[in-house]
Amino acid sequence: MNILELKDISMIYGQVRALSNVCLSVGQGEWLAIMGPSGSGKTTMMNIIGCMDKPSSGSVLLDGEELSKLTPSELTAIRRDKIGLIFQQFHLITYLTALENVMVAQYYHSMTDEKEALLALERVGLADRAKHLPSQLSGGEQQRVCIARALINYPRLILADEPTGNLDETNERIVLNILRGLHDAGTTIIVVTHDPEVAFEADRTVYLEHGRVADVVKKIEGTAAACASEAQDLVYAAKA
Amino acid sequence: MNKRAFFIKMLASSLARRKSRMFSALCAIAIGGTVLLGMMSISYDIPRQMGREFRSYGANMVLVASGDKALLDIEDADRAVALIPPDALVGATPYRYEMVRVNMQGYTVAGTVFEGAKKTRPYWNVTGEWPQKDDDILIGSDIAEFTGLAPGDAIAITGRGTGGARFSRDMTVSGTVRSGGVEDEFIFMSLPVMEGMFGGTGGAEAVEVSIAGTEAELDAIASLIRQNVPEVSASLVRRVTQSEAAVLSKLQALVILVSLIVLVLTMICVATTMMTVVMERRREIGLKKAIGAENRSIAAEFLGEGVLLGGAGGILGAAFGFVFAHAVCVSVFGRGIIIDWRLLPLTVLVSIAVTVSACLWPVRRAVEVEPALVLRGE
Repeated sequence: MNILELKDISMIYGQVRALSNVCLSVGQGEWLAIMGPSGSGKTTMMNIIGCMDKPSSGSVLLDGEELSKLTPSELTAIRRDKIGLIFQQFHLITYLTALENVMVAQYYHSMTDEKEALLALERVGLADRAKHLPSQLSGGEQQRVCIARALINYPRLILADEPTGNLDETNERIVLNILRGLHDAGTTIIVVTHDPEVAFEADRTVYLEHGRVADVVKKIEGTAAACASEAQDLVYAAKA
Repeated sequence: MNKRAFFIKMLASSLARRKSRMFSALCAIAIGGTVLLGMMSISYDIPRQMGREFRSYGANMVLVASGDKALLDIEDADRAVALIPPDALVGATPYRYEMVRVNMQGYTVAGTVFEGAKKTRPYWNVTGEWPQKDDDILIGSDIAEFTGLAPGDAIAITGRGTGGARFSRDMTVSGTVRSGGVEDEFIFMSLPVMEGMFGGTGGAEAVEVSIAGTEAELDAIASLIRQNVPEVSASLVRRVTQSEAAVLSKLQALVILVSLIVLVLTMICVATTMMTVVMERRREIGLKKAIGAENRSIAAEFLGEGVLLGGAGGILGAAFGFVFAHAVCVSVFGRGIIIDWRLLPLTVLVSIAVTVSACLWPVRRAVEVEPALVLRGE
C-alpha cells in the first residue's frame, strides 16, 4: 500500500518550471532517497510532499487524502499529525532547551508530556543533554534533537532534508543509525540528499534533473556498494 | 509541565532572549503608562486642586430669603451653611444694603462681616486698612475719587433709621476698595453697626458663600439646602461656576489630548519593535508552522508577549505615574495629589490594550510567514 502518490505533478514559478510532470509512489514503510543537483526540484518536491506548498497541476495523495483539495488549516493538521520534519540546519528554537524543543512539537500537536519528550531524547542518545540550550550542543546533537522532535508525535512519514549535510562523519553515522532504526520499525522515510552514503541506505533512490525524474535506482540486497556507486555516478553525471 | 505552563515558559524565554529589544519596548510602554496615570491623576484631581485656586473669583453661591421675605434670617443662613461640607466651605458673608447720604450725596451702604468678606471677595484691592473698629468703613474707589476722601479721613453719614427717624454718625474711612465692579460705588460698614443705625437685627438681604467644588457639586449642595432649609433659597453664581467649568474642561481636554498623543507614540514604538522582532523570528515562525502550529497559535504567542510586556510596562508606568503626578501637583499647586487607587488597574489594563493593539499588525505579518521558508533556508 502506498502512503504517498504524486500524479503528474508540475510546479511553475513565473517562467520557471521547478517540477515537470513528476509521478512518484512511496510505499508504506519505504525509505526513499531523492537526489539531484541544485535547482533540480528537490526542495520544491519536499515542500509539496510536506504540505507546505501546492503544485500548479497534478495531484498528491498522502495517506489517502488528496492534498490539493485541503485548506491551509487542514494542511497544517496533516503536517502536525502525519509528518515529521528533519532539517539540514536543524532549526531548533534558540531560547528553548533540547527537551523544550521536543515538547514544542507536542504543544502544537496536543498535550505536552515531559516524560515522553525525555524518552524521545533518550532514543537519540541525548537524555543527559535535555536541559541544554541549542547553543550548548554540537551540530550532531542538535540534529538528534531535531530528529527527536520529528518523532515525538509518531508521524507516519519522516521527511528529511539533507539530514547529514552539516555533520561530520561520526555524527552522520549516528544519525543514519537512528534513521535506520526508524525504518526498521516501519516508519516511512523520504530523504533529500546529495550524499551517496545516505542514499545507499534507502530502499530506492529517485534522481531528479531539471524538475523531472531522471532515474530510479532500487537497492538490491548484498549489492550495497554497487548501489552507492551507481548513485554516486548519477551525481557526478549531473555535475558534469 | 502542562500546556499552559509551557506556553508561559515559551513566552518568558522568548522575551528574556531579546532583552535589549524588549527593554526598549518596555521603556516605551512604561513611559506611556507614566504619562497616562500621571495625566489621569492630575485630571481627576484638578477640580479639587483648582477649586481652591478658583475661589479668588469670589463667591459662587448666593443665599436669599425664599418667598416674599425681604431679609434672610441669619440663623436660617447658618443652618444652610452648616449643610456644606466643612472642607469645601471657603467662607460665607452676609450683606445688607441701605441708602445713606454723605455731604447731601446719596450712596448705597453695605453692612457686612469684614472677616468673611476677605474670604468671599478676595479680589478686593483695599488701599489703606481693613476696618478694625466699629466706626471704620471702606469706601469704593469711585466714591473716593468723587469726594476726594482718603484713608484716615472722617465723614458724616446721615440717613433714616427705625421709624423714619433721622440719624447722623461720624465714621472714619479706613481704606478704599477697588474691584472694577459695583463695589467701587459702595460704602462698606460692619453689619452690627448698620443694624444699630437702621434697626432690625439678625437679617441680611443675601449671604454670599464661597465653596470649593465643581458646578455639579454646587448644584447638589444648593438642592440639599432647598430641601432641608426651605426658608433659604440657594442659587449658583453661574458667571463664576461656568467660567470655572470652562477652564476645567479645557484643562482636562488638554490632559486627555496629551495622554492620547503619548499613547499613540507608545503604540508606534511598540509596533515598530514588535515588527522588528517578527522579522528577526521569521525562520522560527516558519519552523513552528512547519511542525504544525496553527495561525492562531502563532498569534497567541505574540499577543501573549504583548500582554506580558503591557502588564509589566503598565505596572512600572503606574508606579512612576504617581510619582510624576505628585511632583507636578506639588510644583504647580503647592499641594500633594490625592491618589485614586482605581487608576492603577486602569493604567495596567490600558497599557495592555495599547500594547496588544500595537502587536496586531506585526502579528498579521507573523501569520503570513510561509512554513516553506525553513526548507528554502531563507
